[in-house]
Amino acid sequence: MPALCRDCLETFETGTRCPACGRPRILSHPELFSLSVAHMDCDAFYASVEKRDDPSLRDKPVIVGGGRRGVVTTACYIARIKGVRSAMPMFKALKLCPEAEVVRGRMSVYVEVSRQIRAMMEALTPAVEPLSLDEAFLDLTGTDRLHHAPPARMLAGLARRIETELGLSVSIGLSHNKFLAKIASDLDKPDGFSVIGKAETLAFLGPKPVKLIWGVGAVTREALETVGIRTFNDLRRWDKADLHARFGSGGDRLWHLARGEDYRRVSANAPVKSISNETTFGEDTTDTDILEGHIWRLAEKVTDRAKAKGIAGRVVTLKVKRHDHKILTKRLALREPTQIGDRLYHTARDLFDQVAAEGPFRLIGVGLSDLVPEAGADLSGDLLDAQADRRAGAEKAADRIKARFGKDAILKGRALR
Amino acid sequence: MKFSIERAALLKAVAQAQSVVERRNTIPILANVLIEAEGDQVSLRATDLDIEVVDIAPAKVERAGATTISAVTLHEIVRKLPDGALVTLTDDGATGRLTVEAGRSNFTLATLPKADFPIMASAEYEANFACPAPVLRRLFDKSKFAISTEETRYYLNGVYMHVADAEGRQVLRCVATDGHRLARIDADLPDGAANMPGVIVPRKTVGELRKLLDDDDSQIAVSVSETKVRFAAPGITLTSKVIDGTFPDYSRVIPGGNTRKLEVDASEFAQAVDRVATVSSERSRAVKLTLGDDKLVLSVNAPDSGAAEEELAVAYSDDALDIGFNAKYLLEIASQVDRENAVFLFNSSGDPTLMREGNDASAVYVVMPMRV
Repeated sequence: MPALCRDCLETFETGTRCPACGRPRILSHPELFSLSVAHMDCDAFYASVEKRDDPSLRDKPVIVGGGRRGVVTTACYIARIKGVRSAMPMFKALKLCPEAEVVRGRMSVYVEVSRQIRAMMEALTPAVEPLSLDEAFLDLTGTDRLHHAPPARMLAGLARRIETELGLSVSIGLSHNKFLAKIASDLDKPDGFSVIGKAETLAFLGPKPVKLIWGVGAVTREALETVGIRTFNDLRRWDKADLHARFGSGGDRLWHLARGEDYRRVSANAPVKSISNETTFGEDTTDTDILEGHIWRLAEKVTDRAKAKGIAGRVVTLKVKRHDHKILTKRLALREPTQIGDRLYHTARDLFDQVAAEGPFRLIGVGLSDLVPEAGADLSGDLLDAQADRRAGAEKAADRIKARFGKDAILKGRALR
Repeated sequence: MKFSIERAALLKAVAQAQSVVERRNTIPILANVLIEAEGDQVSLRATDLDIEVVDIAPAKVERAGATTISAVTLHEIVRKLPDGALVTLTDDGATGRLTVEAGRSNFTLATLPKADFPIMASAEYEANFACPAPVLRRLFDKSKFAISTEETRYYLNGVYMHVADAEGRQVLRCVATDGHRLARIDADLPDGAANMPGVIVPRKTVGELRKLLDDDDSQIAVSVSETKVRFAAPGITLTSKVIDGTFPDYSRVIPGGNTRKLEVDASEFAQAVDRVATVSSERSRAVKLTLGDDKLVLSVNAPDSGAAEEELAVAYSDDALDIGFNAKYLLEIASQVDRENAVFLFNSSGDPTLMREGNDASAVYVVMPMRV
């Protein structure tokens, strides 16, 4: 069976220790050198970066998260032993692990590290599809000749390089499509390297719960359970037509995934479907002035991103989270797509009126979707708001000032509320 | 309750009722129509809590009474009965069932008690007047295309009916706008309407009202209060809440100083706009108008799908002008013109454009241009 030493990257036929360096971190699998789709995930990314940069944290439980009432963004593996999980409210995490060191995230550092990792990935293949700062799909199909080595060896080399150069550990899943690669990378965390081959796909998935499928959350899971589908084996007993009848186009997807089939390509520039930003407040608020300030800043952030990408959106979404964590969303389709912050602000502000009575709120978010190229955006004015065109003109002028003198060179008074 | 009624009379009444009933509602009684039989007539009443319609039809009443049944089911049944059938509805009052018999067909339907049916509270109307059906028809038909569907600007989701001053003369005026185009239609002020408060008649009410206005000879009794409006045609009464909001000051929107004047045959213009817009697959199709001496060139340039151009002979003698519009908006306002030429008054390529029929100021339309 083909085997690979994860320390010295020696490839050989069989053995439990590396014939070259003698160490035991051996990866062996019948299809090891023929698989080429991978998913790579940094282990406890933010927390690991913090530990790397502050060695005094190394042996302590570390939680990265915001504020006295924020949520856990990342917990290191020591904190995870105590049951701390990401997205858990901070007070709950601290109850489980009172000795934890809570660190405010340093987003700019993470972005920089993520950029370094991405550059290393792109040295292996142009087909890198980032999912977030610390996660990406890589397709190394057809790179053997270029690297004179099979994908598995290049990936193990990448993991070693990230470890030695950046001081971070990653987990890798290698398989024959994205769906399985992603499952594989989760099998052996941290510092893992797991392989799911073609031959074993069906047997591997069979007894696994369907919640492994991305997009099968509590609601779908319940719907599936009502009809007796809990595992992939259960799912595989269903006809394609029956699944379609019951779950619509999502049913077709389930039918294919049940068989470990996933034909999505690893795409370096997956089209953006929506742009949104949100913010959680220091304390719950009903104050319209404060909320308007937030809506403006969020609208500006969203449209800045849209402008940077040269796109505009037709559907405006406003999201609020109430004090009891209930989420309310309102959306409106505009007559024409926009990338003007002022327009997004006014629309989101109008939408806010529909939920204003539900406060106090702990979070507010603004989003833009149904995205199109900017050429079709903001072509017509508003009869009833004669000033809108002038405000849009002022915004464009302000954008030029910002481009030249920096982001804070000019602000709306509203942004300071 | 027991009565017999001509299929045609029942169908007309129940058709109106079922169109008011909301298809998806969570309150079961609102899916029902209230049937009351007394004397020599039956009334059918339906509501969605915002609109109430009452239809009265002659019937042979054997036993007076009242009950409620599903409006949609009754409509489907009556619709499928043969023409000319005599329909008998019987409710024994005890079993909670209503039987519908016609010829050899026999249906038994579940009822809900009359007491649960919400009756719209009657209002003190501040103005009551009569208006010929064709006048109301024109006011609403020519304005309703501009009603907004945006929920955030709910006060634009209807037609603003009010008394206005048109060059020193009081008129009954209907205005609708969605912020991109506006329609302002005037009619002679009927006797008794002068004190009418301005009201925003909701879109759905406008749609239901239209069904009362088909008969050229009928007079519609209109009653208006701050919160409700009522239209009564012979045998049918439509009562509706009005939109609780302030309609924007539209007079600022209507340009008074546009001097560049284009006169064009409206149907030729509309057909040409429709033709050139074909090449654009976008949802908001921009058509460019290039105006020169007695010449109008309509063009569409859609980089992805193609380009089109068409030239029209028109009357135009002002400075050359390039201006773009949403094709759909142009088509909609051009199709309002039915007697004379369409007259467009432009200012610049960024300002609102005014359109009217010949020199008739009783129907004007404003449309916002698009950058092209």
